[in-house]
Amino acid sequence: MQMEASRELEALMTLATGDEKHAASATSTLDVLYVLYERVLRVDPSKPRWEERDRFILSKGHGPVAYYAVLARKGFFPAIELSRFLEYDSILGAHPDRAQVPGIEASTGSLGHGLPMAVGVSYALRAKRLAEQRVVVLTGDAELNEGSNWEAIMHAGAVGLDNLTLVAVDNRSSSIAIDPISEKLASFGWDAVTVDGRDHAALRNALSTRAAVPTAVVAIVEPA
Amino acid sequence: MRDAACAAIVDVFRDDERAALVLADIGLDRLAPAFEHDPARAVNVGIMEQTAVGVAAGFALEGFRPIVHTLAPFLVERPLEQLKLGFGYHRQEGVFVSAGASYDYSEYGMTHHAPGDVAALATIPGFEAVVPGTAREAGDAVRRAHGNGRATYVRTSISENGFEHELAAGGLTRVRAGGGPTVIAVGPMLGRTLEALTGLDATVLYATTVLPLDATALATLAAPAPEIVVVEPFYEGTLAAQVLDAVSHRPTRILSLGVPRRLIDGYGTIEQHDAALALDTRRIRERILGFLAP
Repeated sequence: MQMEASRELEALMTLATGDEKHAASATSTLDVLYVLYERVLRVDPSKPRWEERDRFILSKGHGPVAYYAVLARKGFFPAIELSRFLEYDSILGAHPDRAQVPGIEASTGSLGHGLPMAVGVSYALRAKRLAEQRVVVLTGDAELNEGSNWEAIMHAGAVGLDNLTLVAVDNRSSSIAIDPISEKLASFGWDAVTVDGRDHAALRNALSTRAAVPTAVVAIVEPA
Repeated sequence: MRDAACAAIVDVFRDDERAALVLADIGLDRLAPAFEHDPARAVNVGIMEQTAVGVAAGFALEGFRPIVHTLAPFLVERPLEQLKLGFGYHRQEGVFVSAGASYDYSEYGMTHHAPGDVAALATIPGFEAVVPGTAREAGDAVRRAHGNGRATYVRTSISENGFEHELAAGGLTRVRAGGGPTVIAVGPMLGRTLEALTGLDATVLYATTVLPLDATALATLAAPAPEIVVVEPFYEGTLAAQVLDAVSHRPTRILSLGVPRRLIDGYGTIEQHDAALALDTRRIRERILGFLAP
């Protein structure tokens, strides 16, 4: 990450306090989110519901401070909102709310919901003939314990949803062994790669790749 | 009833380019014309009901009006959290059409029974539930629900009333005015309820929209007598809180006649279940008379 951007994001994240138990979850996604929003996704902060945007869903919902910081830095909402994180009338809760936060595509927090919804969004974009637009959904490695994800993974692979990308941020938080995630995804028909979750060039390259089938990027992040 | 509802699904799918259909391997034959009409908006996800509702929510987030159809336990109970979050929390619209109400699959055992479907959906604020009593009402319910801006559950059943009745807009229709108790018959229970009330002086209201129950209409149409009987095709007591809220301005005694809240482990026919659960005409009449006895 560029030094200036890194400092800005760290400063923004410092504004949002009170959810320290999910600090590791937040910091694990920071580099992926930065690369997505600065290098990969087609979005317009002035038009959060721009029809031709790419769609991003933070499926796990947990530890959204990094997500909020990236969105605020991008200009989706004023950075001052971060200082009101978790307050009763804040727009920023411990899990993101589509109805309250500009730029949020789906309200998440309960694990295992974002990926099936992302499959539906992928179908919807196809039905709208938005062929260039992509749907990127981020899960944690532990979130992949939820069976609903594997339903969606099985289905998307079987039908070849080529506009769908799964980013699995693997910070070794799953209490059961699920490695190698990329091989499991590949067995369901996905084009899956594993990269260093802190390596921006590798992330950008992997996240920019499209294939004839759904793609997956397993981003390895050392536990905090 | 199910055929009529599926025919209506095909109609609205053809008429509205914003309609999307999501199935989980159930109903493919009945709804094949939708897949033939526009396969981009019709998806069979396979036997994965959580994902079916999740995919429907994804369609809704993009401005489509999704319709999901499968059997009641797999449409409501298995993916209840997907309904709660994908449609309740996200404030999205969709139509969820079930088949196999309560113990319609009478020989299949409890895995295929769903007398708790409406009670479960009542936990999701804003979710609408419609319980038609005839095939025509089922088709109309689908057409009205599509595009209504809400998440709506349409509960089809094998049991039907043997006659049609003009319905009030709010889904609570007065069928008979009388001076005795007020009897609210829900969906397919109307026919047997009227039969059970033969010779009794009662006000009879026909409820087809049960979430929400039309409280204003109930407060207006209920007879002065304090006794209210609810004959409901799902778990007994499902509508009790709504009924009591609607008439909280007056003393009320309520009797809920519905599916008892116990395990149902018999097989056989629907009629045998009705008799065993005291939901046949004779037992309904006996229980109402017992309730009204001084």
